[in-house]
Amino acid sequence: MSVIPPRAPQIDEGSLYATHQKVYPRAVSGTVRRVKWAVLVLLLGLYYIVPWLRWDRGPNAPDQAVLVDIGNARLFFFGFELWPQEIYFLTGILVLGAIGLFAVTSLFGRVWCGFTCPQTVWTDLFMWIERRIEGDRNARIKLDQGPKDSVWWRAKLRKHVAWLAIAMATGGAWIMYFNDAPSVTWAMLTGQASLTVYGFFALFTATTYVLAGAAREQVCTYMCPWPRFQGAMLDENSLVVTYRDWRGEPRGKPTDPTAGDCVDCKACVHVCPTGIDIRDGQQLECIGCGLCVDACDDVMKRLDRPTGLVAFETLKNLAASEAATKGMAPGPQLLAKGMAVRTPQKLLRPRTLVYAGVLGAAVLVMLGAWLMRATLTLTVLPDRASLYVQLADGGLRNGFTLKLANKLRGELALPLVLEGPQGLRLLVQDAGLDAQGRPLLTTRDDGITQWRALVTAPEGLRLRGATPITFRLLDAEGRTILRQSSVFLGPDR
Amino acid sequence: MPTKIEKDSVSGQMTTGHEWDGLKELNTPLPTWWLYTWYVCIAFSLVWVVLYPALPITGATGLLGWTARGALPAQQAAERTRIEPMLARLRAATPEQIAADPELRGFALAGGRVAFANNCAGCHGAGGQGAVGGFPSLADDDWIYGGSFEAIQHTIRHGVRANESDEQRGIAMPAFQTTGMLNPNQVSDTAEFVLSLTGRSTDAAAVTRGEALYTENCASCHSDRGEGNRDLGAPRLNDRIWLYGGDKAAVMRSIAYSRAGVMPSWQGRLDPAMINMLTVYVHAMGGGE
Repeated sequence: MSVIPPRAPQIDEGSLYATHQKVYPRAVSGTVRRVKWAVLVLLLGLYYIVPWLRWDRGPNAPDQAVLVDIGNARLFFFGFELWPQEIYFLTGILVLGAIGLFAVTSLFGRVWCGFTCPQTVWTDLFMWIERRIEGDRNARIKLDQGPKDSVWWRAKLRKHVAWLAIAMATGGAWIMYFNDAPSVTWAMLTGQASLTVYGFFALFTATTYVLAGAAREQVCTYMCPWPRFQGAMLDENSLVVTYRDWRGEPRGKPTDPTAGDCVDCKACVHVCPTGIDIRDGQQLECIGCGLCVDACDDVMKRLDRPTGLVAFETLKNLAASEAATKGMAPGPQLLAKGMAVRTPQKLLRPRTLVYAGVLGAAVLVMLGAWLMRATLTLTVLPDRASLYVQLADGGLRNGFTLKLANKLRGELALPLVLEGPQGLRLLVQDAGLDAQGRPLLTTRDDGITQWRALVTAPEGLRLRGATPITFRLLDAEGRTILRQSSVFLGPDR
Repeated sequence: MPTKIEKDSVSGQMTTGHEWDGLKELNTPLPTWWLYTWYVCIAFSLVWVVLYPALPITGATGLLGWTARGALPAQQAAERTRIEPMLARLRAATPEQIAADPELRGFALAGGRVAFANNCAGCHGAGGQGAVGGFPSLADDDWIYGGSFEAIQHTIRHGVRANESDEQRGIAMPAFQTTGMLNPNQVSDTAEFVLSLTGRSTDAAAVTRGEALYTENCASCHSDRGEGNRDLGAPRLNDRIWLYGGDKAAVMRSIAYSRAGVMPSWQGRLDPAMINMLTVYVHAMGGGE
């Protein structure tokens, strides 16, 4: 038996694993950096302070402005209060957030990633601490390459303690969104909090510490799905961080008259938190933070050259400038020509209009759902075990369970009337009667109250099969505020 | 067909020594972590078999002597301790007092529903609707022994014809035909009169004959016009509710051979608190008086 051996595959698979290169971002100052600091202070301030805001909802209700009360199945957001069955409002907020993100990205690029994403904000904070303790880029590289002596140990220890402190504050603040902030803080400090509280505290402390301290740009490059598909929202009219290569190339010494404006100082590379070179063009790793813009502007100012070699620019303008200056020698004429052909960013375009339309529709749907949200619902459940009861005089009786959900604060006392064939009698067990002898359903404060109702049909009605009936709940003026239909059952014949 | 275990020339892996039509199988072992997890599971299960009841053999309870049934009493006791304060209040109160107190009433209705499903629903139905054939409906407004809190509690405690004590409900109705007190024609006439009490008779002459027989034999317990007598447990005959069916054949059977349903006595089998909860629950089914 002869066997032809299969040929070995000729593909060199290589390794799909890339060893992590540690990034040492340099400190930078400038307009973008100032905006980023301001956003950082605002967002972190909100995150840490919001759980401490109070909001008076009256007695028997938490006074925390923003609270996810898992135990009592309520979500409080200032004046809003959601029940579990209304969780779709939360879904709606997330939908709005997603569409809003698409719209903003198509207009201004990755501003979410570069300025407001928690990963960016906390990493920025952690890097700031790192710089305060270990020094700037060169000092940190030197420290890491040097011996692990007492200086190294002291610096690392101080840095990690500071990081852990922030991580614990972050994890602790997270817990406060789910518990009364002052009492849970006290319970945690005195060791009396539940294991769940400590568990989630440890979890969010650990994620903050690991993601902002160690993982950093790897979260954006490898873990986060958003960079992978945000390219679908961007087009040539979106504002993105770009290197104006038509002006910068060829790179050379400042004294070289044939060279472009880029002096290859690598300032843009050294300040980049993801460790990339913006001059390589649009990249997945670029989070659009714009720190390279500040770094390059600083160098240009020192060289007495116009700023904006690296800038927030549309790809359309970049291509126009490139085309206009093709073949021109570096110099002021090239710059003037290149900048002159730029056009203002086109904000209204089919893509942004579609996003705006969808966003508007989603807002309208949400708003409508909120305005039409029922704050009082009546559920009528007919008895199943004994569909009807035969009475001694030949009459029939049906039992119903009534459930009245009152989503508002404060008690309501509402008369219940029954609509159906003339002669039906309604009795609600445990309910009082109003002046006209109608059952008075008194709801609980923000909760569901249950009654058992008995409906009796006298013999004379001879109700057979299923007869439609309607329960109506009246307000003080006698107007119907709720109606719930059901059936009265009798024997078939 | 077993062959030599050899190194595969293409992949460099060892073969398993199996060959089919010239195709040799490569030996591709499981990942080490998987294998060791498996070994640990085997070791764990061996320990488990020794310590816990794992073999389908009676009495093989393992070294720890633990059984699910053995663990149950402790859990039940813990649960009983937890609700004991409430049970004590329910035991001390009368059903009327329980029904008047919203907290006790809520607890009693919930507890009574479970106790009813466990102990009573077998005969009286899940919603107390009863069944033709001697299982009275508890949700209607017709009571053989009374529908007040006190009467319901008494019936639950002592049962019906349960041979429990003098407190029990129910006396025996004579079997009029078996004992020769009435002949079949007289039984038919009496039944015709009973039907006439609810306007359902079709034979006026038989009604007249039956009336005399009824007055003589039945009225002492069931009253002159079939109003019944709760003290004796004689059901009403002039309403639309028939424990054993209301057609003529069923009524004749009742007269000829008697009926004597039995309900167990629950005193001593159920905690007094449970009996009180059941009383409140049954009273709230719709027919409570």
